[in-house]
Amino acid sequence: MLKIKDLHAKVEDKEILKGINLELNAGEVHAIMGPNGSGKSTLASVIAGKEEFEITKGGVFFENEDLEDTAPEERAHKGIFLSFQYPVEIPGVSVTNFMKTAINESRKARGMEDMPANEMLKLIREKSEMLDIDRKFLSRSLNEGFSGGEKKRNEIFQMAMLEPKLAILDETDSGLDIDALRIVANGVNKLRSKDNAVLVITHYQRLLEYIVPDFVHVLHDGKIVKSGDKALALELEEKGYDWLKQESAV
Amino acid sequence: MAFENTIDVEHPIHDIRSEAIKNFESKGFPSKKDEAWKYTSLNSLQKVDFSIFPKEENTLEYSQVKKYFLHEIDTYKIVFIDGIYSSYLSETTHDGVDICLMSSALTKPMYQQVMDLYFNKVASKEESLTTLNTAFSREGAYIYIPKNKMPKKPVEIIHFATGNEASLLLQPRNLIVVEENAELQVIERHQSLTKNEVFTNSVTEIFADKSAIIDYYKVQNNNAAASMIDNTYISQKNTSNVSVHTFSFGGKLTRNNLNFFQNGEHINSTMKGVTILGDKQHVDHHTLVHHRQPNCESHQDYKGIYGENSTGVFNGKIIVDKIAQKTNAFQQNNNVLVSDKATINTKPQLEIFADDVKCSHGCTIGQLDEDALFYLQTRGIPQKEARALLMYAFANNVLQSVRIPELKKRINKLIATKLGVRLGFEL
Ligand SMILES: Nc1ncnc2c1ncn2[C@@H]1O[C@H](COP(=O)(O)OP(=O)(O)O)[C@@H](O)[C@H]1O
Ligand SMILES: [Mg+2]
Repeated sequence: MLKIKDLHAKVEDKEILKGINLELNAGEVHAIMGPNGSGKSTLASVIAGKEEFEITKGGVFFENEDLEDTAPEERAHKGIFLSFQYPVEIPGVSVTNFMKTAINESRKARGMEDMPANEMLKLIREKSEMLDIDRKFLSRSLNEGFSGGEKKRNEIFQMAMLEPKLAILDETDSGLDIDALRIVANGVNKLRSKDNAVLVITHYQRLLEYIVPDFVHVLHDGKIVKSGDKALALELEEKGYDWLKQESAV
Repeated sequence: MAFENTIDVEHPIHDIRSEAIKNFESKGFPSKKDEAWKYTSLNSLQKVDFSIFPKEENTLEYSQVKKYFLHEIDTYKIVFIDGIYSSYLSETTHDGVDICLMSSALTKPMYQQVMDLYFNKVASKEESLTTLNTAFSREGAYIYIPKNKMPKKPVEIIHFATGNEASLLLQPRNLIVVEENAELQVIERHQSLTKNEVFTNSVTEIFADKSAIIDYYKVQNNNAAASMIDNTYISQKNTSNVSVHTFSFGGKLTRNNLNFFQNGEHINSTMKGVTILGDKQHVDHHTLVHHRQPNCESHQDYKGIYGENSTGVFNGKIIVDKIAQKTNAFQQNNNVLVSDKATINTKPQLEIFADDVKCSHGCTIGQLDEDALFYLQTRGIPQKEARALLMYAFANNVLQSVRIPELKKRINKLIATKLGVRLGFEL
């Protein structure tokens, strides 16, 4: 589904991604772990199409198609979703109105009519209940004044509404207490199927107890320095990242 | 322009008019040399040979102009066509309150007492365009709400220009008096129906007595050949609450001189504005709040979105007199430039002579937040729509204080249309 080939990307003349190779097939869950500043969020942004980052070599392919000239919204229409590490506050647009706009724009891009209002309401109710989101919350301005945890839960709510093929979760676990973590993980697991793939970016293996990955990769200084199965996550938890830095220095 | 029409010497306000014309003759039109007119030039308007009165009475069918009314709800209407009152399109009343015409108020003895107390009492006797209006104006709206009364419905003051005159000068004059504990809601609109030039020089005097509440909404969505100078003067007494919302979405040149005078304590004055311009449009907001007594508040929040070659001005003056302790004065002007060629000049002007005051002001000029744009795009909202949605969100929070729900909806839709937002939701 997603193929990343020798990806190099820079911002303001600073090379951040230095040759990443990664392949995700439908039905798989991959986790990317790594210390702060290793380039995890940059990788997520590049997949989602942020123009600020310039691809200098290699590329990102989705369903065998080079995404180089594909705008972020078109990537969304193809089924790519990014849950932001730092969701942006948008005062003046309520969660509900934002969701309606997003869904109907995606439908329009696929040549479909607007979703009927009652169907939309039903979907919103269903997904917000699944994520234990208060109704009052839905009429508030998007992310404005939300706590860290509320923002993350709202990201997963959007994911559940949009039902993407590929979901990238960038540190969705940070700011969540254990109950919220379970609810969010449950939301992600509901999306999982043989047709979907999930890329979980995280610092800790805690989330991976709930969203169990098929593969774990370690990102360090813009490169994947180690890949393995879920046991690697446990190993990292035990030993920390210094261990890896030394190994790669050898 | 020539003002050859002679003044009616028999008229009770003859002295006021003679005084006004003397002032205008000595001052003339303001020019760019005047600090207050640095960014707004009236040169092009002065070259036009405007007719002061239409040659004949023009009529309009309601169906032709229905869309300019807030027809979703029932309202009182004071309607003028080319400056002349249209009884056919209007709905006035004398049922406990007076919602009628300035021409009646100026001539009928029963209004003499109110006129003596209020007419030309807060309007400037020096500002040249105001004095021009005082000298020549004959018509406008007269609203008098006695103590403890509230009209059953909002009042719409609407001026249509038919374009039957090649170029028309209109000088409406409104007087609004709201007595103690009374309330009023007004919507004012000027609409030119053709591409012929119209220049409106309007003066509105508003008096809010003790505990009066007035909400005034100005809808400025005129066409490209219509220019407007709006001079509004508001005098407030103890614990009164007056808000003016100005929605500037169209017109060739618009100048809003909005002046609040706080003549009492515990007064609340609110000025809000949304300006969305494109083309070569120009809007200049000049606000003044004069805090003359202690314990009062003023709130200003103006948002502007400027595209294409449009130009904007915001100049917000706040004066706090020495005795006006415990004043709270807030002023905010935020602007987004969506074109390289659009410009905005924004300037706060604070003259504070009291020491125990809270006064905050801020102005910003920016582009849209790129991170917010990316966020919306990743949710499938195309860049153009995402931009429009962000601008819409930026502007629309000014509407929270609009207290007529149907008007709020209309303005919301106007903003969306203006920005080309296909709102995926009903407002
Ligand atoms: N917009 C940017 N401009 C400059 N440097 C950036 C930008 N975004 C990220 N970086 C830098 O790139 C590196 C990787 O950042 P990031 O991808 O956020 O790491 P991670 O998510 O793994 O913590 C860091 O050194 C960061 O400072
Ligand atoms: Mg990160």
